[in-house]
Amino acid sequence: MGALIDNTANEALTLESGTSLWKDAWYHFTRNRLALLGGCIFLVVFLFSFAGPWLSPYSYNDQDLSLVSQPPSKAHWMGTDNLGRDLCTRIMYGGRVSIGVGFAATAVSLLIGVLYGTVSGYAGGKTDALMMRIVDILYALPFTIFVILLMVIFGRNIVLLFLAIGAVEWLTMARIVRGQVLSLKKLEFIEAAVALGLSRNRIILRHLIPNVLGPVIVYATLTVPSAMLLEAVLSFLGLGVQPPMSSWGLLIKDGSEMMEVYPWLLIFPAFFFSVTLFALNFLGDGLRDALDPQSAQD
Amino acid sequence: MHFSNTQKPLLSVQHLTTSFYTRNGIVRAVQDVSFNLKEGEILGIVGESGSGKSVTCYSLLGLLPQPPAKIESGRALLGDVDLLKASRKQLRSIRGKRISMVFQDPMTSLNPFLKVGTQLAEALQEHASIRTREAHKRAIEALEEVGIQDAAKRVEDYPHQFSGGMRQRVMIAMALITRPEVLIADEPTTALDVTVQAQILDILQKRRAELGTSIIFITHDLGVVSGFCDRVHVMYAGKTLESAPTRKLFEQSKHPYTQALQSSIPALHDKETALYTIPGSPPDLSNPPRGCPFAPRCEHAIPACSSDETPMELKPIGEEHFSACIRYQQGDLS
Repeated sequence: MGALIDNTANEALTLESGTSLWKDAWYHFTRNRLALLGGCIFLVVFLFSFAGPWLSPYSYNDQDLSLVSQPPSKAHWMGTDNLGRDLCTRIMYGGRVSIGVGFAATAVSLLIGVLYGTVSGYAGGKTDALMMRIVDILYALPFTIFVILLMVIFGRNIVLLFLAIGAVEWLTMARIVRGQVLSLKKLEFIEAAVALGLSRNRIILRHLIPNVLGPVIVYATLTVPSAMLLEAVLSFLGLGVQPPMSSWGLLIKDGSEMMEVYPWLLIFPAFFFSVTLFALNFLGDGLRDALDPQSAQD
Repeated sequence: MHFSNTQKPLLSVQHLTTSFYTRNGIVRAVQDVSFNLKEGEILGIVGESGSGKSVTCYSLLGLLPQPPAKIESGRALLGDVDLLKASRKQLRSIRGKRISMVFQDPMTSLNPFLKVGTQLAEALQEHASIRTREAHKRAIEALEEVGIQDAAKRVEDYPHQFSGGMRQRVMIAMALITRPEVLIADEPTTALDVTVQAQILDILQKRRAELGTSIIFITHDLGVVSGFCDRVHVMYAGKTLESAPTRKLFEQSKHPYTQALQSSIPALHDKETALYTIPGSPPDLSNPPRGCPFAPRCEHAIPACSSDETPMELKPIGEEHFSACIRYQQGDLS
């Protein structure tokens, strides 16, 4: 009797094709057209920015003073700016900086936020309260002032820009991760891991962090555009990337100053920027739906 | 039973008292609980939800969050080590190595992100310096031992590819892979259906016979206890009411609560008449009644049961048989 039940159970299990969580998520993701479209568009923009400059005949600060502020033409697809530089090439280089800032800042925020949040949530009690109050205090600091202070103390530096944005974005990440850990901690498999005598580090690294990864990945994809936006804001304020280097934020700022006379200087960088933000947001939404079984549509 | 009385107990719990300090007052979850676990013995701890049976075992392994929990007093000797006073590090080396645990719900007791084989090997690697390949081999063996077919292939599977019963087998394999002296099974069959329940009990019996592991079996199901445990410990409202070898407990119980529980088992019951239920509900442990906690619901209760003058205490009432009922102790009832 027992053996019979075993056999049928085993059969049923082998019939059901084995799928890991990631495979399942991938299946759901590829079924989401909007997210796929977002991913494709982002890939195109990414290639445009990172591979484009090799193919472009111009460099980002080649000036041609005989061709100042030209509208789009065959030689300059997106026209030239007031110093006769090719806008298309400048958008490519700007994209490198903007996308780079987005990802670097997200990586920084991931690293700090995930570790901080996990430790805080897992430790609980007074440690948790103290760590979260620190986050609250940092939250309360006005971001622009914080960055201006950093710039004043350390000078203008693109690496510093990455760090500054990352240092702001990790706060939310830490809160999200802590919340996840708090609810995970009560699950039996964590208790079981403790009952097995596993060390604290092992539990955090192997049992907690992989399980918070789903929401973290989703939030990370949404952090990338928000970091890019921050960079744009800073550049717009003149605190970000310095000329002649360009970033999308800087190009938009320059373009906006001359938008009545030379509208293409605003339209093209703004177009690239918003398309990228849209694409990343769709991508993030798609990932969230795919990775979170509770929000699965079917 | 076939174990001699003089044998030194493997695990001796004496006067364990655990409380929770909550906003609504102090909840006395476990009060003055004592028991001995002999080598190779299966001890059943029976009680309703909230009777303190799980808290007793969690206290032993230091698995309760402190605060709010606090172990007020008592000793729990595993060999020479007092588990209640052991350092965190000491406890960690005992957990999973000398005392393992199987939890109630097999659906949530396995990490969904790790392969079953990895999780099995993890317990082994934590407690012994062992090569990954060797650990992997042992994981496959452990799965075979709990009757999982095609174990070499199944270790590569993720938990969600196993059914509930299969997962509980995996949990048992995981708990026993380090060959612990004591296995604490916290309602391991509660979340499973009856046929699977029988298989799990079978496996536990078999493993006990093969490895000589002592088992503390926590359950609320007297029916499961009857065919499975050597000795039964009945708990109510954080206190032990009766402790006896299984046969004695079922044939000549010396406590009204145990008797009431037995009359409430549907399977043993005559289908024609209404099923017996115990009137009332368990007491609030933040404000426990005086004397015997069961007195308010007991049909044999006399005023002395609920007074402070006759403190409730577990006393020997027969060979290997202990009861906390003063009326049995005084010989009013038999």
